[in-house]
Amino acid sequence: MALFLREIRLGIRAGGGALVGVLFFLAVVAVIPFGVGPDLNLLARIGPAILWIGALLASLLGLDRLFQADRDDGSLDLMIIASHRQMLVLTVFTKCAAHWVISALPLVVATPLLGLFMNVEPLGIAAACLTLLVGTPAITFIGAAGAALAVTLPRGGLLVSVIILPLVIPVLIFGVAATRGAVADPDPFLPPFLILAALSMFFAVIGPVAAAAALKHSSD
Amino acid sequence: MQLIAESLAAERSGELVFSDISFSLDKGDGLIITGPNGAGKSTLLRVIAGLLPSLGGSLEFESGDSWTGLADACHYLGHKNAMKDALSVRENLTFWQAFYGPPHMTIDDALNYVGLQSTADLPFGYLSTGQRRRISIAKLLINYRPVWLLDEPTAGLDADSEQVVSHLLREHLDDGDIAIVATHLPLGLEGLKELKLELHP
Repeated sequence: MALFLREIRLGIRAGGGALVGVLFFLAVVAVIPFGVGPDLNLLARIGPAILWIGALLASLLGLDRLFQADRDDGSLDLMIIASHRQMLVLTVFTKCAAHWVISALPLVVATPLLGLFMNVEPLGIAAACLTLLVGTPAITFIGAAGAALAVTLPRGGLLVSVIILPLVIPVLIFGVAATRGAVADPDPFLPPFLILAALSMFFAVIGPVAAAAALKHSSD
Repeated sequence: MQLIAESLAAERSGELVFSDISFSLDKGDGLIITGPNGAGKSTLLRVIAGLLPSLGGSLEFESGDSWTGLADACHYLGHKNAMKDALSVRENLTFWQAFYGPPHMTIDDALNYVGLQSTADLPFGYLSTGQRRRISIAKLLINYRPVWLLDEPTAGLDADSEQVVSHLLREHLDDGDIAIVATHLPLGLEGLKELKLELHP
């Protein structure tokens, strides 16, 4: 709990970079209508997918710093040493939860505004928010494993993205499928949405375990 | 309480750093590790703390109390201070105190001890190198651990603060606890064991 509060504080203080993701999300989605042109039907059709891709890329941005900041100032060593008392898996889980709150939750909040840009109907915007809310934890937890693997590399940012991208593709597929299912009539909403929720819960367990194992062997 | 190391060895990226290191520490014993740069002082401390695997040998720790192992019973003070620049000194220390479990000393008392109570509400990043080091020494006090592993604790400190550290170590050892200190400055402490590391050919 103390760790959670510390991470949130760090995120919102100067240099925390919590807002960078939202700005990036805003930039990506805002330029699409200019690039595609004022075809409202087309925008409405690709809207959910663009929202999801933007959110996915934005949440990849800050991931490489998840453990590297702690490694740089020596905190990570102490967390690994303390792992008998405070299980490292729980420490990682807490860090992920805090990271999700400061970097992914703002994306969900910004989605309604950006949905308007894309001429997505209100029901679709609600569905996009809901799927992002349920789906982005999976991205964070997968990302934690990637970030832990690349923690010793000085410029591991891009590498983290490349490592985890194949794993987050299913999240993207089911997230977009569920969002589209809410607006396009023949497509179902509930099955892909439930799979998305299952993915999040699955990776909430697997991700921290994998990340903790990687961190334990990272120290040199 | 007892800490016994027998013929420890370690390597870094395939090269042997040291081998055949043995020592045994009882209640109230302190060990000073000296040696030239690159002789493996920090590596030895990291092996003892369990951050690096040892290549051979054994490390045994017996505590009379409820400590489950050496990693559980030690404070490790590395080169880096493990503090966040963006947070205030008090926020940093409050976090570590909560993270480490039952508190031993209040944060104000610990800061008083190192003479930095006036900095409590400043961001850690504003402090000078020596002040940062003193804050991380205060971190040793806020939770109780019987074993201290200190890597160059006096790096960047002025003479007065060095005195404070020596005094602190003396008190820690007099309480019947154990300390292992890597340093190349004389700490002005008597009755400590010394382990000299040589550069490996």
